[in-house]
Amino acid sequence: MARLNPNAVADPPVSVPPQPMNTPSVRRARGARRATAAGIGWLFVAPALVVYAIFVLHPLLLTFQYSMYKWDGIGPSTWVGFNNYTELFRDPDLFGSILNAFKLIIFFSFIPVTLGLLIASTIRRIAQSRLALVARTVLFLPQVIPLVAAGITWSWLLASPGVINQALSAIGLGDLTRAWLGDFSTALPAVGVIGAWVLVGLCTLLLLAGMTKIEPALYEAARLDGAGPVREFFSITVPSLRQEIGVCVTVTVIAALASFDIVYVSTQGGPGNATMVPGLEIFYLAFTQREVGTASALAVVLMVLVLLCVLPIQRFTRDGTR
Amino acid sequence: MIVARREAMTGRVLLVLLMLITVVPFISLFVTALHPSGTYPSGLSWPSHPHWGNFADAFRAANMGELILSSTFIVLGVVPISLLLGTMAGFAFGHLRMPGHRFGFLLFVLGLTLPFEGIITPLYYQVRDMGLLNTRWAIILPLIGLFMPFAVLWMRAHFVNMPDDLSEAARIDGANVWQLFWRVHVPLAKPAISSLGILLFLWTWNQFLLAIVLVDDPAKRTMAGALGAFQGQWGTDIPLLCAGSLLILAPTLIIFLIFQRRFVAALLQGSIKG
Repeated sequence: MARLNPNAVADPPVSVPPQPMNTPSVRRARGARRATAAGIGWLFVAPALVVYAIFVLHPLLLTFQYSMYKWDGIGPSTWVGFNNYTELFRDPDLFGSILNAFKLIIFFSFIPVTLGLLIASTIRRIAQSRLALVARTVLFLPQVIPLVAAGITWSWLLASPGVINQALSAIGLGDLTRAWLGDFSTALPAVGVIGAWVLVGLCTLLLLAGMTKIEPALYEAARLDGAGPVREFFSITVPSLRQEIGVCVTVTVIAALASFDIVYVSTQGGPGNATMVPGLEIFYLAFTQREVGTASALAVVLMVLVLLCVLPIQRFTRDGTR
Repeated sequence: MIVARREAMTGRVLLVLLMLITVVPFISLFVTALHPSGTYPSGLSWPSHPHWGNFADAFRAANMGELILSSTFIVLGVVPISLLLGTMAGFAFGHLRMPGHRFGFLLFVLGLTLPFEGIITPLYYQVRDMGLLNTRWAIILPLIGLFMPFAVLWMRAHFVNMPDDLSEAARIDGANVWQLFWRVHVPLAKPAISSLGILLFLWTWNQFLLAIVLVDDPAKRTMAGALGAFQGQWGTDIPLLCAGSLLILAPTLIIFLIFQRRFVAALLQGSIKG
């Protein structure tokens, strides 16, 4: 990628010697100096750009290329145009995986952000207390451990002899107990709960950090005007946190659409295809079923969907800050 | 005043509840790990004879010593190089602002929201053609590339806020651009660099997808990738699996608890900037 700018290679990273100020060639010298500066600038970027180009941009372009072919990864490939894409929308299993990713947004994004908002606004007043400091550490634990570990832990909690069922029986809801991840109707929400557990702490702390920046006078004024906690929440807290909410939604929506680790260890996409998500489907298609073309088409769709979801959120938050 | 106190009270209760929900899975993991291996202990119950030996068994079964070494090697390959390359590029985009810097920066921003699954298929064939499959380089090199958008964005955000006067002063003293970067700006950027380092360490150590696709031998993977293999092998022996999982997530947990302040700050900033 360094060849983007031929000067970058030609110019050595040496200092520009001080130019005599009053010679006629001062203009030319300045021009040369600017060119050298540009060269040096690009030299600083070059190593990062090279690695990025080889291991991200190049495979990115290849994904588009592969998506136009039918290929088993070994033999010759045949050009099929957009057939792989139409297959994505015609095959209910493939399309179902995309739908599942959107259903996961409810659990990965909507629940953590809503809960985070409610919790953060309740604990706003005790944000500086010792308890809150301890909570900062504890709530971050799910962010620190590998998602795979979260998946394994929760598959055990949600299993028939697990803690969830034990708790349900204890409060007299024994009828509800089941193998949550093995039941067609509850598997996807159960996977969602794992994601919500991972993300709710992060959202709470991010929003709390944002709330400490809100002028306390605003709240006092609202109280004097007779606003209750609910009114306060919708008129002051939510509008002031536009940027933080945007960040939470962006991070969690990407986590939902691109989920892989948790599903891989907890259900492997099953039962049936009940919890199949695009990330996992790409993995199976490319490396087990050897349908590289279809896998790549799904990869392209996934990347486009992420962009389509993230860009409007970014715009929404930017408007608020300017 | 009464209202405020009642609110503080509900806040406290809610916070404790949330912390409990966060911690219960870890407790369940721990308690289950103490049951006799091969049994199906139900729910949260303290075993009559805690089998502490399960941890030793899991340590051996998971080949923990080798795993820690492997993960450390991968982290040492990824993090310092990513920091150096990201800082250099961030410096150029944020401070030198040479012609074309906007376009160059945009190219990196493009990769910011990229799900790794999006490029994993071609990456596999590319790494295979380079002859790196099943080596640790298969994880190290692509990860450096994949971390570049975030690292560059992060460091640019730091350098954009550095005053230009600083560089002017150094230039007058006769420093060239590299000296300006290495002697003046890098030392000042240390907090930003170390926070970035923490995030990259975490993301490398916990990397799963690249590990299971590009490296077959669990002993050459990251910790998270090895955990996947461990589950496949010992998935039916629940106590052993729980013990192994705890061991595998222990290193990050310990490092997190030691550096928790930095971690929390880095993670909060990380999400804002990302």
